Amino acid sequence: MFKRFSDSDNPSPNGSDPPAGAHPVIEALELTKVYTMGDMQVHALRGVDLTIGFGEMVAVMGPSGSGKSTLMNIIGCLDVPTTGLYRLDGADVGILDDNSLAEIRSLKIGFVFQSFNLLPRTTAQANVELPLLYAGISGRDRHQRAAQALHLVGLDDRRDHKPNELSGGQQQRVAIARALINQPKLILADEPTGNLDTKTSDEIMDLLQRLNREQGITIVFVTHDPEIAEYCSRVIHFRDGRIERDERASPEIDSAPSSQVLESLPFDRP
Amino acid sequence: MNLFESTRVAMLALAANKLRSALTMLGIIIGVSAVIALMSIGRGVEKFFVDQFTSLGTNLLYVFPGQLSEGPPSERGRERGVLTLADSHAINNPLRVPDVIAVAPQVSGNALIARAGNDMDVSVSGVTASYQDALSGEAAIGSFITDADVEERSRVVVIGSDVFGRLFEPYEDPIDQTIRVNNILFRVIGVMEERGAGVGGANLDEMIFIPLTTVQDRLFRLRTVSGEYQVSLIYASVISEDRMEAAQQQITDLLRERHNIAFRGEDDFVVINQSDLLAIFGDILSAMTLFLSAIAFISLVVGGIGIMNIMLVSVTERTREIGLRKAVGAKRRNVLSQFLIEAVTLALIGGLLGIVLGAGGAVAATSFVDNFSAVVGLDAIAIAILFSMAVGLFFGIYPAYRASRLNPIDALRYE
Ligand SMILES: Nc1ncnc2c1ncn2[C@@H]1O[C@H](COP(=O)(O)OP(=O)(O)OP(=O)(O)O)[C@@H](O)[C@H]1O
Ligand SMILES: [Mg+2]
Repeated sequence: MFKRFSDSDNPSPNGSDPPAGAHPVIEALELTKVYTMGDMQVHALRGVDLTIGFGEMVAVMGPSGSGKSTLMNIIGCLDVPTTGLYRLDGADVGILDDNSLAEIRSLKIGFVFQSFNLLPRTTAQANVELPLLYAGISGRDRHQRAAQALHLVGLDDRRDHKPNELSGGQQQRVAIARALINQPKLILADEPTGNLDTKTSDEIMDLLQRLNREQGITIVFVTHDPEIAEYCSRVIHFRDGRIERDERASPEIDSAPSSQVLESLPFDRP
Repeated sequence: MNLFESTRVAMLALAANKLRSALTMLGIIIGVSAVIALMSIGRGVEKFFVDQFTSLGTNLLYVFPGQLSEGPPSERGRERGVLTLADSHAINNPLRVPDVIAVAPQVSGNALIARAGNDMDVSVSGVTASYQDALSGEAAIGSFITDADVEERSRVVVIGSDVFGRLFEPYEDPIDQTIRVNNILFRVIGVMEERGAGVGGANLDEMIFIPLTTVQDRLFRLRTVSGEYQVSLIYASVISEDRMEAAQQQITDLLRERHNIAFRGEDDFVVINQSDLLAIFGDILSAMTLFLSAIAFISLVVGGIGIMNIMLVSVTERTREIGLRKAVGAKRRNVLSQFLIEAVTLALIGGLLGIVLGAGGAVAATSFVDNFSAVVGLDAIAIAILFSMAVGLFFGIYPAYRASRLNPIDALRYE
């Protein structure tokens, strides 16, 4: 299904937003992360160089404890590296404070978690609206956009359901709708199918792939399942806090989103 | 995110945990309702006193034996300061005390009265015919005590309207019936009209009136060493309100002379007016108010600690929620304001419920007492609202601060 690319090919198929080759979404240089617990030091990352371009869909694999989640947290601006440089969408985020990081998360990143992390006793609609609340979007817009996002993940008829009234796959779809709602540049998913069965996992991956192809959203996710990694044009293998291998594949059919598709987005990009 | 949105988020979070929210409010509800109930009853007491005093007329002077600071009136005047019937007659002399138009001496005590198997504890007022002039009370049936009754030390009695209700059937004619007062037979000559007021909270309708001389000779036997009739109180009705001070001075001069008090000696009596009396009760009431405020403060602090406790539990319990909110873009101040508003809202709702409960309780409790009802003041309500909000704010700050400082990664990983 995929053919391997060489590293020199331009990894960004997205020609319109921003200008191709201007800068990648993710640009990391020599990232290290050291956790200090008492007098023990855990080197979770030991120097990671990574560049991910717009519109890529990347899987991160590797044994448990190899530093995948640590990397995702730094990429997602939830944490800062001990040393090294990290640029998100061209901006150096290593120098930012808590509030600025929160703002970047709000504007540029959507998260999907292994355990869904929906607010309990709260409807799907309200859960999806949550990021817009902190982005300062007015009530009517929030409502409309959340409805569109739920439509996009195929949950039109589950808007008023609470998490405990939804299946695992449906909950993860709500979480994906929530990640989508701010039209992020980047969706990060740490083991999004980790709590789902094979069939549901495939449905979720189909959805993510569709978003990547049709909306041009860059997606990075962690998985332990090689079959899930098959959905990606690129697989990064982690070991002991380092990138062991970076495999690129090119889909036989050109899946790059055209500007046509971008214009048909349900909402305007900022 | 504006205040409205923050409030909405806080409300939704509270609504999602109704039971916990209710439990959190409990401390504040109890505190505020206790405060409101006590304050309303206190106000009721105050109003009761004011009503009673002013119903007696505002141009009335009271002459008590002894000094006000020397304890209750009944113990006063035993060693120092005695007022006699002769003192009362002297005050009644228009040449010496021109501004007083009526004088009524009184001796008070308690007695058991009985008739046909009914009995009742009452206050006995030994009075003269002038009592009616000074305190402007009328007999509704029959007549009041006359000078002749006092002169002859007759065993006649005028009863209050409530006493009539207790001893007689409504259709009975009480006039010339006999009743026993401390086992002595008295003839009823009149029933007073309903008044409801009296000095020091005594109910005039539950009193009986007997000629002063009869009371002294047959019931209480209070005489001075020289054999004069002793009185517990002299009422002096002043010609007009602006002559009150002049009259007070005239009475003081007269009594000092009669009691042979040296130039620099202390008075052995007090002449006070309505507003003096109200001021004394006002002092007692403000002491009571201070005490209530202390209780109020303590209960609100206890309620506030309850809120802080549950908010801390809530922050721990909702660690993942906080982590998620932060992950999707909530800033520290968003989380801070959410939890702060939650705490204030809980305290406020608790306060409002407390007000309803306390006011309702106070009104219900006092509805069983005659002539007395709780007064729920708007100021008490405003203070309760303000205080509960302040308590929520104060005790909500620390938990909210803790929540706002949570690291999103740790929070999301929290089990
Ligand atoms: N907060 C922390 N404090 C101390 N050590 C940590 C912390 N977070 C992660 N580590 C350590 O860093 C290393 C990398 O952890 P990480 O969670 O990134 O692994 P992972 O690749 O995601 O593993 P898994 O596949 O099991 O999720 C591990 O040895 C872990 O124990
Ligand atoms: Mg992990």
